[in-house]
Amino acid sequence: MIYREAGQFKTTYASDQAIFPIVQDKWVVTGAVAAALLVPPLVANEYWLQAVLIPFLIYSMAAIGLNLLTGYAGQLSLGTGGFMAVGGYAAFKLTTAFPWLNIIVVFVLAGVIAALVGLVFGIPSLRIKGFYLAVATLAAQFFLIWLFNKVAWFTNYASSGTITAPPRTIAGVMVTGPLATAGARYVAALALVALGALVAKNLVRGRIGRSWMAMRDRDIAAEIIGIRPLRTKLLAFGISSFYCGVAGAEYVFLYLGSAETSAFDIALSFLVLFMVIIGGLGSILGSFLGAAFIVLVPIFLTNAPHLLHLPMPVALQKQIELMVFGGLIIFFLIVEPHGLARLWQIAKEKLRLWPFPH
Amino acid sequence: MTLRACSIALLAVLVAAGPALAPAPVVAQGKDVFIPLLVYRTGPFAPSGIPIANGFVDYFTLLNERDGGVNGVKITWEECETQYDTKQGVECYERLKGRGAALVNPYSTGISYQLIPKAPVDKVPVFSMGYGMSASSDGRWFPWVFNFPTNYWSQASAVIRYIATQEGGLEKLKGKKIAHVFHNSPYGKEANPTLEELSRKYQFELTLLPVDTPGQEQKSTWLQVRKLNPDWIFMSGWGVMNQVAVKEAAATGFKMDHFIGNWWSSSDADVVPAGDGAKGYKGATFHAPGTNFKVHSEIVKHVYDRGKGAGKKEEMGSPLYNRGVVNAMFSAEAIRTAMKGAKGQAPTAEQMRWGFENLNLTEKRLEEIGMKGFTHPIKVTCEDHEGSGPLLIEQWDGKKWNIVSDWIQPMKDVVRPKIEAAAVEEGKKLGYTQRDCSKEK
Repeated sequence: MIYREAGQFKTTYASDQAIFPIVQDKWVVTGAVAAALLVPPLVANEYWLQAVLIPFLIYSMAAIGLNLLTGYAGQLSLGTGGFMAVGGYAAFKLTTAFPWLNIIVVFVLAGVIAALVGLVFGIPSLRIKGFYLAVATLAAQFFLIWLFNKVAWFTNYASSGTITAPPRTIAGVMVTGPLATAGARYVAALALVALGALVAKNLVRGRIGRSWMAMRDRDIAAEIIGIRPLRTKLLAFGISSFYCGVAGAEYVFLYLGSAETSAFDIALSFLVLFMVIIGGLGSILGSFLGAAFIVLVPIFLTNAPHLLHLPMPVALQKQIELMVFGGLIIFFLIVEPHGLARLWQIAKEKLRLWPFPH
Repeated sequence: MTLRACSIALLAVLVAAGPALAPAPVVAQGKDVFIPLLVYRTGPFAPSGIPIANGFVDYFTLLNERDGGVNGVKITWEECETQYDTKQGVECYERLKGRGAALVNPYSTGISYQLIPKAPVDKVPVFSMGYGMSASSDGRWFPWVFNFPTNYWSQASAVIRYIATQEGGLEKLKGKKIAHVFHNSPYGKEANPTLEELSRKYQFELTLLPVDTPGQEQKSTWLQVRKLNPDWIFMSGWGVMNQVAVKEAAATGFKMDHFIGNWWSSSDADVVPAGDGAKGYKGATFHAPGTNFKVHSEIVKHVYDRGKGAGKKEEMGSPLYNRGVVNAMFSAEAIRTAMKGAKGQAPTAEQMRWGFENLNLTEKRLEEIGMKGFTHPIKVTCEDHEGSGPLLIEQWDGKKWNIVSDWIQPMKDVVRPKIEAAAVEEGKKLGYTQRDCSKEK
């Protein structure tokens, strides 16, 4: 009744090709972004911004990156943590070498460096596929972490081997470093991920995205219709690594504040991969839903016993949390193997028919 | 409703319920002293985390049960599970700091590095007892961070001094071969610069042997050890790496009494798996092992006999349990010092920081709290947040740990200038300026 496109006529190609062809969708998304920009910095306390929302936005960014590569181009990667590390360390080196450089420019350059590294590690994808490619990208993960651990130049010869985000401002507002407010960091992360999602959505709707999907669905057929595998696959690796690199830079600068290589270990790669799988392969919205699921549900489960005033030893609480969380993952994968994004789509279709289903 | 519709509803509930769960910040009421405890009772490091957490809680329970808290002010705490993971640790800290945390013990070098920049902003003193950032020992640059009774650099120098006494004097170190087997992480690498400087000064041959995390595979490291045949081995290990190293050393036939672990590499879990092979293995510590101290009988009497113990009575006295007790004692004594300005009220954040900075734990005070000989007296000052406390060497006899040395002083003349140089570097990174300690009171 509310959600119905009856009466919305498209009179131009442009309106037919819009990201949100249905007016209601457009309003909801615009409203959601505006609300995300205005409400949390005013309402949420520091815990929510710092420990929940900022990591959610940053993981979403990384999940978009991996979704472009795995969900759209069909190249399974376990190197996400490594590419994020490249972004984090590159941003640290850039901003300490050129302190006058705007931090957003630093993030973008860090993404470009990560993209170049991603291109190099994407070369094997031309010959190997599927699980074997996953193993090859695993090599990237281990090599990059080893490199940052081994070569002291990357940490500016810090005796501790950790990199620390120096204080930097955007238009006079401190966004990184210990004195930056959680609100400012949240807004910066939100702006980056909103822009990133918009670009990614347009990429996958256009020629590049279509060539990725063609390559994913049947590489030989794609080649026959004139898609070059070399360029297509490497482009997927490059753009995916760009997103991961920016996410890695944000991870150090906007979220953790200081990091060592163990922050980018293999567990992070798996975490982002799970986000993509649970959220929905080949869906930008799915990247957000997956990140929300992985970040929010454990926190929900940790806080639930407190809310219900159940006195419980922390160890037991953690174990229950892990079991319930694991159970939920399995439940959602059984109910909807195509991820949370597909559930959302079904919900929308049902809403279209409501209140008069067939 | 179909299963699919159910799952949509469930997801919607989960998402909607999230914001409702935001923990309401409770402002400190000045009634209790609240301490967030970041513990790791689950996960791969739980065997180390459980005794530490138990020691902590038992000592605080003792104070509450026997004395009604510190100067009549009850201590309250809440445990939060970190699994030794930095991100979960930060989440815990953010959740609990709003309740007026008097201090925080990160219990992980990774989490310490996260909390150090936050400490002056949130006004929560970070007490990283013997771990964390060595540079934070310089209180002029890091007023909110404390790492007494000693740090990794002092420890390395004290171990070298111990080796020298065993060899017959510092000049005898010349030409000796010493290997450092370390966890290849910021924590493990921490001792390297000090060891390198000492090797130049005393002209011993230092070999650095990194072990990549987690350290289950060390065959190549011990092959190198066999080739090198060092006179002494010092180890900075953690978790599963320790027991593997002790086993490998025993299998290699290395003289176990020439193998010294740092204070995170010398607990029961590290030596028991190696069986008899571990006999003679040594470890550094800043408190005694065992339960032969008055404080332990008090804990049994007031805590375990009343059924309020955190663990099992038989598990008391292990090195890590005692470390938890010592850490809780230092925290409690800092609270007591802080109360000098507060008169029976919970101290404010500034007073708490002052309490840490002016902590003077004398021999007499240690005797009063039943810890005579358990740990060494310590005095913290504005400049020196480390206190340069001395160390003991303990040795595993196959059943328990025994103290086999006197208190060994670290080489302050070597370590302190390095700390001051590192503090300038680390402090500048965070945009700090140096404090003038002569203006503090």
